[in-house]
Amino acid sequence: MFDVPEGTADRRAGSKISRRCIPITALTPELLISAASLEQAEKYIEAGATAILIGESRFGMRQPGEITSDQLKDVVAAVHRLGAKAYVNMNKLFRNDELAWIPEYLQLLKDAGADAIVFGDPAVLMNVRQYAPGLTMFWNAEMTGTNSSAASYWGRRGASRAVVARELNEEEIVDLKQKAAMEIQIQIHGMTNIYHSHRNLVQSYLEHLGREATLIRKGADKGLFLVEAERPDEKFPVYEDDNGTHVMSPDDICLLEALPELIQAGVNSLYVEPLLKSEPYNLAVLRSYRQALDLWGSNPERYRFDPKWLADIQKLQNPERELGFGFLYKEQVY
Amino acid sequence: MNQTLTQDAPRLKGKRNRLDKPELLAPAGSLEKLKFAVHYGADAVYIGGQKYGLRSNADNFSFEEMREGVQYAARYGAKVFVATNIYAHQEDLEGVAEYLKQLEDAGIAAIIAADPAIVETAQKYAPKLEVHLSTQQSTMNWQAVQFWKEEGLPRVVLARETTMNEIREMKARVDVELEVFIHGAMCSSVSGRCVLSNHFTDRDSNRGGCCQSCRWKYDLHADEQSVMEPGQNPFTMSSKDLCMIEHIPDLIDAGVDSFKIEGRMKSIHYVASVVNVYRQAIDAYMADPEGYHLRPEWVEDIGKAANRPLNTGFFYEVPGAGEHIYEAEEKPAPYDFAAVVTDYDEETGIATVQQRSPFRPGMEVEFFGPGGRQFIQQIADLTDEVGNPLTVARHPLQKVCLKTVHPVRPLDLMRKRLD
Repeated sequence: MFDVPEGTADRRAGSKISRRCIPITALTPELLISAASLEQAEKYIEAGATAILIGESRFGMRQPGEITSDQLKDVVAAVHRLGAKAYVNMNKLFRNDELAWIPEYLQLLKDAGADAIVFGDPAVLMNVRQYAPGLTMFWNAEMTGTNSSAASYWGRRGASRAVVARELNEEEIVDLKQKAAMEIQIQIHGMTNIYHSHRNLVQSYLEHLGREATLIRKGADKGLFLVEAERPDEKFPVYEDDNGTHVMSPDDICLLEALPELIQAGVNSLYVEPLLKSEPYNLAVLRSYRQALDLWGSNPERYRFDPKWLADIQKLQNPERELGFGFLYKEQVY
Repeated sequence: MNQTLTQDAPRLKGKRNRLDKPELLAPAGSLEKLKFAVHYGADAVYIGGQKYGLRSNADNFSFEEMREGVQYAARYGAKVFVATNIYAHQEDLEGVAEYLKQLEDAGIAAIIAADPAIVETAQKYAPKLEVHLSTQQSTMNWQAVQFWKEEGLPRVVLARETTMNEIREMKARVDVELEVFIHGAMCSSVSGRCVLSNHFTDRDSNRGGCCQSCRWKYDLHADEQSVMEPGQNPFTMSSKDLCMIEHIPDLIDAGVDSFKIEGRMKSIHYVASVVNVYRQAIDAYMADPEGYHLRPEWVEDIGKAANRPLNTGFFYEVPGAGEHIYEAEEKPAPYDFAAVVTDYDEETGIATVQQRSPFRPGMEVEFFGPGGRQFIQQIADLTDEVGNPLTVARHPLQKVCLKTVHPVRPLDLMRKRLD
C-alpha cells in the first residue's frame, strides 16, 4: 500500500471498503479531459492531458463547450500534433429526427482522423457499422455502466473501451477490469452528473413562478443551484441546455491518493471532468495528476504521494464543494 | 413469437405490423393483486421476484407464488412477466442464470430487462423466456429499436420520452413489438439516468433503492440567492402521473402492441379500477372504431383511484410548467377500497363481502366489477355471516352481509367515498 506521508490526514479515514494490494506495474494510464476549444485543448495537453474529448451538443451531452463540425478537423489535427489522442463525444440519446445527422458526422470524424467516438445509444453503433466500420468506439452509458458482463456485451459489439459508472466502488472497478477484456475508463476528478431529464425543469419552474422573462438562462455555468431543505450546505449545480436538464453532484471527486490502486487495477484512462470549473482550476488538476502519473511511470517502487499535488488543487477548490472520493470507498444498499 | 401479425387492417391508415389486439399489461405487486388485475381484464401482468427487480420494497413473489400466479392467469388466457430490470453490479450477477431458469420453469412468459448482462444470460440459459427490453434502457429512436430487434428481443418497452409521432415512425420502420407506459407514475429523469438516491441516501436507484428524491422540495438559487419569493412554491422535479385514457384510439392506431400500467406498489383498488377502465376503452375501440367515444365514467373512475394530478407525459409535447407538482403534496385518492364481494344470493339480493377497510350502515358506497358494471348505493342493514346486526364492519378480512340494489358477483369490489 502507498500510504500518505505521516502528518498528512488521510482523506480516506473511516472508509468501509478495504483497499487491495496488487502487483506493481509501471503501466501509466491515459489522462483524459474534455476541452471547449482548440486553444483550451492545447493548454490542457501542455498541462499533462494525453487525450482530449471534444464535441457539440447535437451529438454529445455535457461538453464544456461546442466544437462545431467545421472546427473538428483543425482541433483533431492540433491535438495530434501535440501527441495526444482526440475523441469525439456522441453519448447522447437520439430522437428519430436527429438520426439523419449521424452518418455525415461520422464521415466527418473519419476524415478528421478522430481516434475514437464515445456512444451510449445503440443507434450510434448501428450507424458506425454501416457508415464508419472500423472506427474505434468507447461505450459510455453513464450511471448504467455497472458490470463487466454489460461492458463485454458492448465489447463484443465493437466497443474497445467501457466507461464505467461513477457509482462503482474500488472493489467493483478492480473486479470489472479483471473480467472485461477491454479498456476501462473511470472518472478521477470533478463533478458528476447525477440526474438527467429531457424535461426543461428550470424553465418550467420559472414559468410557474412567473419569472421566466428575467431568469431563463440556457447552458452550463449560469450559476444555478438546487439546495435541498435538509441539506443546506450542499449545492447541486443545475442547468438546462438543448439536451434537457442536468443536475450535478454537490461535491467533487478527487482520487489522487487512490491512483496507485487504480493504476494497478489496470484502469486504462482517467477522466478529469472540467464542467463548471475555471480553466486555471482544470490546469492545476491536470498538472497534479500528471506529476503523480509521471512519478509512477518513472519508478512505481519509489512512488510516494506528494501532498503538494492535492494542495495545489485545494488552493483553487471552491470551499463550498468538498473534494471527496465519490463512491470509491462506499457501500450502497438497495 | 406466438402472436399473429396482421398487415393493414382496413380501418387503419398507414402500414404497420401489430398484435391483433393490443395487450393490456398491468402491475401486480402481490399474488392477490395479480388475481384482481387478471380478473379485471389484464392480458398480462408483470411482477417482481425476490431478486433483480427495481422495487426492493414491494411484496415480491416467491417461485411458488409465481407458479400459482401463472396458473391463475392461464385460466384467463393471460401471461405473467417478471421485472428483472436492475442495472446489476458484479456481486448481483452471481446466480442470475439459475434464477432465470427458475422463472422459465415457473411458466413465466417474459422477463423485462435493461442490463445487457441479464438480457444475454436469459437468451443463453432460459431460451423459452422472452426478453423484453425495459424502459430503463431509454430507447427513444427507431434505430435503437432496430438494434434490440436484431439482438433477438421480440419487444421493446420505449422510453417515456417517446412521442406519439416517434412511435408511429418506429412502428413503420421496425417490425418488433412496442410496449409503452399509458398510465401511472413516471420518473422525471430519463429512466435509469438518475442517481439522486445514491447521493442522498446511499441507496442505489438502479437496483431498486429509489427514495423518490425527485419529489422532494428544493430551493433554486441564482446569483447566490433563492429565486423564490415569499409565498411561492419551491422547485421540484416531481412529475404529474401519466394518464392516456383520452387517447386510446391514437395509441392503437400508432400500432402500440402493449399498453402498460405502472404501479406494482399500488393497491388492489387502484389496479382493478385502472385495468377495468382501460380494458373497456380498448375493447370498445377494437369492436367499433367508428362508433367509439370516450365515456365520461372512465375518466371519473380513474380519478377515483388517482392520488396525483394526471397528464399525457411526452406523447404530444414536452411537459412544461403545468405538468409538474409544485403545489400541494399528493392527496389520498378520493375513494378507498372497502370490501371484496365473495358471494351473492340472487333470491335475497344479499351480498357477502370481505372487509378491507371499515364501513358502516348509512355510508355511500360504490360496487363495481369487470366490464363496467357499477352502481352507487347507501349501505342499509349490515349483519355478520349468521345474521347478527352490526353497527360497523370493523375488522380486516371479516365477512359481512348487506343488501345490494343490483346483483353483484364474487370479486366485484366495493369502494367508499372519503370525505
